[in-house]
Amino acid sequence: MDFTLHIWRQRRANEAGGFVTYPVQGISPDLSFLEMLDVLNKRLVGRGEPPVAFDHDCREGICGSCAMVINGDPHGPLPGTTTCQLYMRHFSDGAEITVEPWRARAFPVLRDLIVQRSALDAVIQAGGYVSVNTGAAPDAHTLTVAKEAADAAFEAAACIGCGACVAACPNGSAMLFTAAKVAQFALLPQGHPERARRVIGMVESMDDAGFGNCSNHYACAEACPKEIPVHFIARLNREFLTAALTSREFVELERPLEHEE
Amino acid sequence: MDTPVFDARIPAGPLPDKWHRHRAEVKLVSPTNKRRYRVIVVGTGLAGASAAASLAELGYRVDCFTFHDSPRRAHSVAAQGGINAAKNYRNDGDSVERLFRDTVKGGDYRSREANVYRLAEISNQIIDHCVAQGIPFARDYAGYLDNRSFGGAQVSRTFYARGQTGQQLLLGAYGALSRQVHGGQVQLHTRSEMLDLVVGGGRALGIIARRLTDGRIERHAADAVVLATGGYSNIYYLSTNALASNVTASYRAYRRGAWFANPSFTQIHPTCIPASVEHQSKLTLMSESLRNDGRIWVPQAAGDTRRPADIAEAERDYYLERMYPAYGNLSPRDISSRAAKAVCDAGRGVGPTGQGVYLDFAEAIGRLGRRVISDRYGNLFEMYQRITGEDPWQAPMRIFPAAHYSMGGLWVDYDLMTTVPGLFAIGEANFSDHGANRLGASALMQGLADGYFILPQTLGHFLADQPPLAAQLDAGAFSQAQAAIEQRIQRLVSIDGRTPVETIHRRLGELMSEHCGMSRNRAGLQRALDEIPALREEFWTSICVCGGNEEFNVVLEKAGRVADYLEFAELMVRDALEREESCGAHFRTEHQTEDGEARRNDADFAHVALWGFQGDQAAPLRAVEPLRFDYLKLAERNYK
Repeated sequence: MDFTLHIWRQRRANEAGGFVTYPVQGISPDLSFLEMLDVLNKRLVGRGEPPVAFDHDCREGICGSCAMVINGDPHGPLPGTTTCQLYMRHFSDGAEITVEPWRARAFPVLRDLIVQRSALDAVIQAGGYVSVNTGAAPDAHTLTVAKEAADAAFEAAACIGCGACVAACPNGSAMLFTAAKVAQFALLPQGHPERARRVIGMVESMDDAGFGNCSNHYACAEACPKEIPVHFIARLNREFLTAALTSREFVELERPLEHEE
Repeated sequence: MDTPVFDARIPAGPLPDKWHRHRAEVKLVSPTNKRRYRVIVVGTGLAGASAAASLAELGYRVDCFTFHDSPRRAHSVAAQGGINAAKNYRNDGDSVERLFRDTVKGGDYRSREANVYRLAEISNQIIDHCVAQGIPFARDYAGYLDNRSFGGAQVSRTFYARGQTGQQLLLGAYGALSRQVHGGQVQLHTRSEMLDLVVGGGRALGIIARRLTDGRIERHAADAVVLATGGYSNIYYLSTNALASNVTASYRAYRRGAWFANPSFTQIHPTCIPASVEHQSKLTLMSESLRNDGRIWVPQAAGDTRRPADIAEAERDYYLERMYPAYGNLSPRDISSRAAKAVCDAGRGVGPTGQGVYLDFAEAIGRLGRRVISDRYGNLFEMYQRITGEDPWQAPMRIFPAAHYSMGGLWVDYDLMTTVPGLFAIGEANFSDHGANRLGASALMQGLADGYFILPQTLGHFLADQPPLAAQLDAGAFSQAQAAIEQRIQRLVSIDGRTPVETIHRRLGELMSEHCGMSRNRAGLQRALDEIPALREEFWTSICVCGGNEEFNVVLEKAGRVADYLEFAELMVRDALEREESCGAHFRTEHQTEDGEARRNDADFAHVALWGFQGDQAAPLRAVEPLRFDYLKLAERNYK
């Protein structure tokens, strides 16, 4: 198969970038999108030109590294699919394909298609865990968890942290990402003691990191390669409101100094 | 010269008491003193993230390094099937003792009894801890944890979270690590790659790392260095490993004096999607758990190209069930892989390349219904369809073995310390627990046992005897190591060629697969030893890194890793050549029984082989750690 690629090239974080057009020919339909880029890169190297830089690693759809907007869609046209699992058989021969990095305020471009996504880590650091020290746990069967709750928690926990939800959102919001982690622990008894502290910490961190707000476009769930359902955002809002209304954590976190006197 | 002999410093006493006693006897660092020690952890997979988090919980100051943009991307994330533990929740006769025995037997009696017993004991604590972390393991309708079976076991002891167990366990460890980052106890260095170990005064002093975004070379000093840098199956180019997985950190440590154990022990996983096209970049694993319900077969007749549906039951050969009736489709990985290769070599392989066998669910779908199979393996079926474009609900999957895991690694003693004092290795990066073949669902168990439960105890034992180091960044050892790294990078950048690094890597992979892969023999290994230096020479004169050091240069990163593979390959080959026996994944065609099974040579090779670096111009030294079997009797593995 033959394609015409328009790829975003940008050498450094603070330099201007732009689209460069590359024709590629003789591509097997059984190559993945990244393998197709590998072929292009080999040809570029053969000419002594710097290859297109992109994040990638496991190439089986689970590490969350690969991240590119293909013809306007994060991870391309196929639902529930990461870029590395997108195969060229899903494109028509002779197609023009535009490839660009995630675009969001919280994700600065580092080079070509590579962006900095540590803002997502910051959100997790603010509370995306159960604070149990190694060695402290009781026997695993001390608490039972209803299968339905465990399955729903799994559905939320399936997030791979790629950031497609942010890239798809017109506001650059990380609500779906944050909601998935909050929901996972809200659904499991192990997550309950820190429930209020967690949701408030994570939402504040999300705002601090430069992510926008949610205005219910649902583009995030559409783009999510793991098809995390959008209803988790409603749960996040519920968790946040409950925490704000009923929890002392919120007051303490918001206005720690006013109580000093 | 006599072969040097290494001592693993295994505690005295009866096997079941060793770890308990050792924990009671190791020296401690007081809580107020812990914060005076700085520990470097390289790698953030299951072993690295769990170790960094647990050390920080204890009060040590931790610097944690990953070459990824986030700790959550480490390749542990891709482990699908599950994690073993001797809980015996199924009442099917499991016990610590049985998990221990299965693991030693699975490893073909080339692992250390004391380590494996400890691993089996700790397996239960891991499940407790991971459940407490909120990991959504599969559960039954009563709310209890579910289990399934993996190869080499006749009990159901594998805990799982659909086909994403590694991801869920890693996110648990990543959460624990993130909590310590938030508390300021861990300093996280992302997109930072360790390029050398710094050794001075007979101990590890720190590392040299390159900041990938701008090429800056940094020195980091610490009281101890922990390598959790994974395995090296990527040396075969096509493997199930992530593309960035590499041997650089452990190989560099080897060059700095850490002895390397059993480098040739690499596992070939039997159930992967076969290679199909040129330019393919990796082989995707299909979880071994599929073998719980899938039946493996090939046509009876060679050259039978009919569609699988047109081949009658009587014309099929369910060869694993036929050859190993007791374990059948759940035979260990090394045996299943070799059997697949044997039927393909006999011309009975299926698919366009003839390099494949069927994994058939028709019987299971008929017996259990589509819904149950979908619940158990739905995401794996989808993944197969996505990659191959074929529907596994309609026709059997095609699978073939692929390089997957390194049992070999840096040699460590019972405390997980390498031969360089202050340098520890954990997880896949060490060699310790799997002998010559790892059983399924044991890698996650080992990574987390090392990181959560073993290293945090044994590291203190080392530090208790050492006063905290003042930052020794100016020490000569750091300058020397940094200069060497800068010079090497300069050399890479100056190569004026046009050959893509991948091209050389692919050829190295082909060479290693051919001569040092699923089966090996003296002539082939000799040939590999002759050919590797030429390929290395070609690399150093013909590649192009297409840019400089002071930029985000992804080709330069890759070139450094392939350069190390080109040296490490020789060590693997030498190890395979010297081990004149077949054991586990190491199959020397000269050493097999009449029916083609591995023939061990316990009289001469019941030992760990260690290799010590002697300089670029000299051959490495081989040493041994004799393996003693006080508890188990050395026996021929029998899965029939």
